[in-house]
Amino acid sequence: MEHYLSIFVRAVFIENMALTFFLGMCTFIAISKKISTALGLGIAVIVVLAITVPVNNLIYNYLLREGALAWAGFPEVDLSFLGFLSYIGVIAAMVQILEMVLDKYVPALYNALGVFLPLITVNCAILGASLIMIEQDQTLAESAVFGLGAGVGWALAITALAGVREKLKYSDVPEGLRGLGITFISVGLISLCFMSFGGIDI
Amino acid sequence: MSSQKEVLIDPIFNNNPIALQVLGICSALAVTISMSTTIVMCLAVIFVTTMSNICVSLVRNYIPTNIRIIVQMTIIASLVIVVDQFLQAVAYDISKSLSVFVGLIITNCIVMGRAEAFAMQNGPFLSALDGFGNALGYSVILIGVALIREPLGAGTLFGYEILPTVANGGWYTTNGLLLLSPSAFFIIGLFIWAIRSWKSDQVEEPEYEIAPNLQYKEAME
Repeated sequence: MEHYLSIFVRAVFIENMALTFFLGMCTFIAISKKISTALGLGIAVIVVLAITVPVNNLIYNYLLREGALAWAGFPEVDLSFLGFLSYIGVIAAMVQILEMVLDKYVPALYNALGVFLPLITVNCAILGASLIMIEQDQTLAESAVFGLGAGVGWALAITALAGVREKLKYSDVPEGLRGLGITFISVGLISLCFMSFGGIDI
Repeated sequence: MSSQKEVLIDPIFNNNPIALQVLGICSALAVTISMSTTIVMCLAVIFVTTMSNICVSLVRNYIPTNIRIIVQMTIIASLVIVVDQFLQAVAYDISKSLSVFVGLIITNCIVMGRAEAFAMQNGPFLSALDGFGNALGYSVILIGVALIREPLGAGTLFGYEILPTVANGGWYTTNGLLLLSPSAFFIIGLFIWAIRSWKSDQVEEPEYEIAPNLQYKEAME
């Protein structure tokens, strides 16, 4: 149990997707002007990450990895070069399925997430989490916890940035730095704050 | 001729993908710690963007509109697989230090964005120039960041020592902050400031005007 808690805390704070790995930066900067939209996008990312990372883990371990096809009678086949294509396919399909399920059964949430769901396919945080999971060679349970933690960390970071930006728009910023420039510098400062979690180890 | 030149040159300063369009910051910043990984990353992005623009532009009239995203994704993912396998075969050390970031070129918004916005409407030659120009604009910023981070953070350039560090008996005390991720954000923020002071038409409109402070005057009257 402690092992999984440590993976979760590590994914949320110490190895935060947005602030230490720079993943999902485009959406992170573009959709952080208001807290409410940022929170909606954050929740969508949590849901998609918590589903796709374990699914990609299953695909890697039972279809792609060297010797993984032994159950089908092909012990010497190594399909790992097909990795990128399969993961992005899984992510695109998962997002599409999730969209249809939400539309049918939870229309309130579907309307709240709206345009953000299809955008998530091209969010690097989603593909990045799957690739990191494979690099660290996690088991299925570990990958589920890691996916959830990575999503929570990303959502936390974008909500924090939206909070800062909502206050920032009333301030008197030098001309050339207005908008994008000051946003980058604020992200840098938030990232610096998250670094102070670095020493924590459970 | 002039329009071709414009398509190539425009994205480098006037319409830079990172500084103005906010595209493709995602996977790139973590690789700017050292110059050699940055150059490899830039070459990979230039190759993928140019080739994907050519391929998408060649098949643009045969793609049904509602599945175009999946077609573009498949083309881009296949090109990235080629780059990844090539790097693993030729430059294994660099491919290890780039780790997940080569794969993340797939979701790099520049590649996807240019395929969608330009290659779907234009012929292969112009699309190739557009892809090349945008990837070049991306590379300029990346190399600029790496040029600041590697020498000041570790005292080296391309792995060779140019500022003798205290640890090796020299005089330069390395600045550890530049090796950490926040510094990349600061440097890009300052780059944007520099570009916008030079090209002042890129400055964004303020959302709120600050009203002049009247209290002092009122108090005097």
